[in-house]
Amino acid sequence: MIPEPKVVNTIINGDSKQILVSERDSLLEALRDRIGMTGAKEGCNNGNCGACAVIMDGRLVNSCCVMAAEVEGSEIMTVEGLASRDELHPLQTEFLDNAALQCGICTPGFLMSSYALLQENPNPTEEETRFWLAGNLCRCTGYDKIIESVLTVAKG
Amino acid sequence: MVATGKPQYKIIGTRPRRPDGVDKVTGRAQYGADIKLEGLLYGAVLRSPHAHALIKSIDTSKAEALDGVHAVITNADLVGSGQTVQPATAEALEPGKASPRWAAESILAGPKVLYHGHAVAAVAADDVHIAQDALELIDVEYEILPHVVDVQDAMLDGAPILHPQLRTGVRAAGVDTRSDIETNLASHMRLESGDIEKGFAAADLTIEREFTSSQFHQGYIEPQNATAFWSHDGRINIWTSTQGSFMARDATADVLGVPVAQVKVIPMEIGGGFGGKIPIYLEPMAAVLSKKSSRPVKMWMDREAVFQATGPTASSYSKVKIGVTNDGTITAAECLFAMGAGGYPGSPVGAGVMCALAPYKIDNQVIDGLDVVLNTPKTSAYRAPGAPATEYAVESVMDEIAEQLDMDPIDLRLVNVAEEGVKNSSGTPWPKIGAKDVLEAMKSHPHYLSEIQGEDVGRGIAIGFWFNGGMESSSSARVNKDGSIALILGSVDIGGSRASISMQLAETLGVTYEQIAPQVTDTDSVGYTAVTGGSRTTFAGGWVVYELGQMIKAEMISRASKIWDISGDEITYSDEGTVVGPDDAEGNKRAFSFNELASKLQATGGLIAVSASSSHTTQGAAYGGHIVDLKVDRDTGKTEILRYTAIQDVGTAIHPDYVEGQIQGGIAQGVGMALNEEYYYDSDGHLMNGSFLDYRVPVANDLPMLDVEMVEVPNPGHPFGVRGVGEVPIVPPQPTIRNAIYDAIGVRFYHTPMSPRRVLDELL
Repeated sequence: MIPEPKVVNTIINGDSKQILVSERDSLLEALRDRIGMTGAKEGCNNGNCGACAVIMDGRLVNSCCVMAAEVEGSEIMTVEGLASRDELHPLQTEFLDNAALQCGICTPGFLMSSYALLQENPNPTEEETRFWLAGNLCRCTGYDKIIESVLTVAKG
Repeated sequence: MVATGKPQYKIIGTRPRRPDGVDKVTGRAQYGADIKLEGLLYGAVLRSPHAHALIKSIDTSKAEALDGVHAVITNADLVGSGQTVQPATAEALEPGKASPRWAAESILAGPKVLYHGHAVAAVAADDVHIAQDALELIDVEYEILPHVVDVQDAMLDGAPILHPQLRTGVRAAGVDTRSDIETNLASHMRLESGDIEKGFAAADLTIEREFTSSQFHQGYIEPQNATAFWSHDGRINIWTSTQGSFMARDATADVLGVPVAQVKVIPMEIGGGFGGKIPIYLEPMAAVLSKKSSRPVKMWMDREAVFQATGPTASSYSKVKIGVTNDGTITAAECLFAMGAGGYPGSPVGAGVMCALAPYKIDNQVIDGLDVVLNTPKTSAYRAPGAPATEYAVESVMDEIAEQLDMDPIDLRLVNVAEEGVKNSSGTPWPKIGAKDVLEAMKSHPHYLSEIQGEDVGRGIAIGFWFNGGMESSSSARVNKDGSIALILGSVDIGGSRASISMQLAETLGVTYEQIAPQVTDTDSVGYTAVTGGSRTTFAGGWVVYELGQMIKAEMISRASKIWDISGDEITYSDEGTVVGPDDAEGNKRAFSFNELASKLQATGGLIAVSASSSHTTQGAAYGGHIVDLKVDRDTGKTEILRYTAIQDVGTAIHPDYVEGQIQGGIAQGVGMALNEEYYYDSDGHLMNGSFLDYRVPVANDLPMLDVEMVEVPNPGHPFGVRGVGEVPIVPPQPTIRNAIYDAIGVRFYHTPMSPRRVLDELL
């Protein structure tokens, strides 16, 4: 009845990882429940809220909608990999200094989506930023301070 | 000690980083679902597919036999031997006095399921997939009953009855003395003053309108969760995301029938609540699954369960009649508000009634409130609970009055605005309030003074009110040998209260914000603290740390008195945190900085440790006024917000960034209520849109930047003038947007949300 566990080889935030997963695990479940990386959050488990956003082989994905078995050989970046050893990423610093979070549960997803946006479009307009981040739900802030923070980082 | 005038603060009004910020931007903050324990099992819940049904039988044997399943429970397991079953008398239905049996049946259904998604059984297994497999093996035999999900339908004679034992004598058309009649009307309240007949007789214009609103969900991004371990010694530890760890502890103990001291709640970081994380849902289930399996059990809801089974706000029916003279003076108001409580009594109609007319001076008024049970999830608080629906109705009628009198809508409100000394609907005179200040700031705001142009473009305004404040909070503080201070808080921090409370302690003591290390602790480690909600946390938390600060100051003076060998009466504690005595015999200055004196504490009697609990009945009554410009698309029915300004009396803005953030967040939620959020039920009473895709809260590209102007009228009932901020801004958006849509397309709406479909229905 219980499916055989399976080993998945992947690179997470630059470190090689072997994860023992159930065939039914999503990438989000593999990260959170199998290797204890709880930075990515579960808000909906069906790709609506973006709280579980990570970057997989350079692409922004909702990790709840990726099967763990699919990441064999892939490179994953999570919120835990955003800061360097010595300092926070500018997005993290700006979110902190501009009060772009209240409860903070959506913050890891917004940071990863914003990071992906700036990789693809280093100088987004407000409208482009709002459309890019429309897949990330925040119920606390009304989005103002998040949008401002991303635009501030983009301007350098 | 109360605030007078506008003092100069050093810390208050600055914008420091929050103490929990780095953990939250690096993914290290531990929210409820992030907890890991050795031997952890995962729970899942079987929910009712019916809106209203008798449970004839439940067979869990096949689920129990599944490999990897460790425990299965139903209501029979939840209601322990210590649980007394109380009959549901009218007295037991008082708010806050809900019958323990109903509390347990709300957690796991008893003889009946009362709404689609009502929990019926729960499983703990090695992983969540196995737990979900097990749910499919539970056989439940239901006898489906007629259901009712609409608040007006539920009040009709002959409506399906949820609780046959509910015989309150309350009738929709007034209170009936025949208390033997089955009803869905759980309670009635009335506020009355003056003589409304005389008042309406004096009116030149009287407008009466009826309004309805749909159910809205709080929509916090983190689903409810609870992890419990019931030890062999009877101790129950619960890790959960809750707005009130003490309330969660007490409610869990009540449902389980165990002594309160046996339960410890360890509050985890909380991913939003807005009132929805005040009730308990999973805590008792996780505890009993843990007892049965002798293992810790973690549970969290999927998003559909959050929508189906956790408290949305009440749907509402309102009737508002207001009479005015030709100069706009209100002569009388008569209101009826009915709110759907969901499966068990307890809608927020009482608070809604008290808020409805709060912005105005009205000598002759009657307000009735009805609490109605119906086959939807039990409602819970949602940001200014009750107020958005009642004030929406009143502010909509006010807009129609202004139009008929050809008055500026702000002027109409200024004619009637409540001020200090005016009695509110409960008969209590207002203390110093900022309603007039807000209206005047609106009138002179560049947004209001600007021209609007364009086809199908309109502008609207409305104001809103919420009480704020009050209730019990506790904290303790320890001064360390270097002057740093460990601050232990009972209030869970849902959006920056560690910062706002630490700032108030730093201000009290004249020390830096950075030397205070705040921490939210468990229910065994600090005094009783009420929920983080009602916009009370920064208010009440500030009161407590102000009192802690006075205790620390007194102790610092006493230590200096020992060291200098002089009377404490000769020593003062300066605003800079310096302890100063008179010059010594040689004319040398006597002074210690806070940190210098801290280094001498161990030698003079030990480090300082103080605790305080404080319960202030004063409130921080506050008003906000909103202005919107919007455009209605006649082809799609979609309303686009072009410009939005909120002006609010915030008392004193402790951390202005988070004050702005609260107001912006409240606006966004209110815009959702106004334009598209709504529960859809099918004809069988099934919730049809239990996902974020289909419920659809506002997303980033639905909104423009939201402009906030803070008016600061310090609260005379608080040492730093705090009023509380978060609730007020959700109140005005619905009427503000309704009034603007009328300005844009000439259509008055009497229902929220004014979704694209409803707008099209009116236009086509």
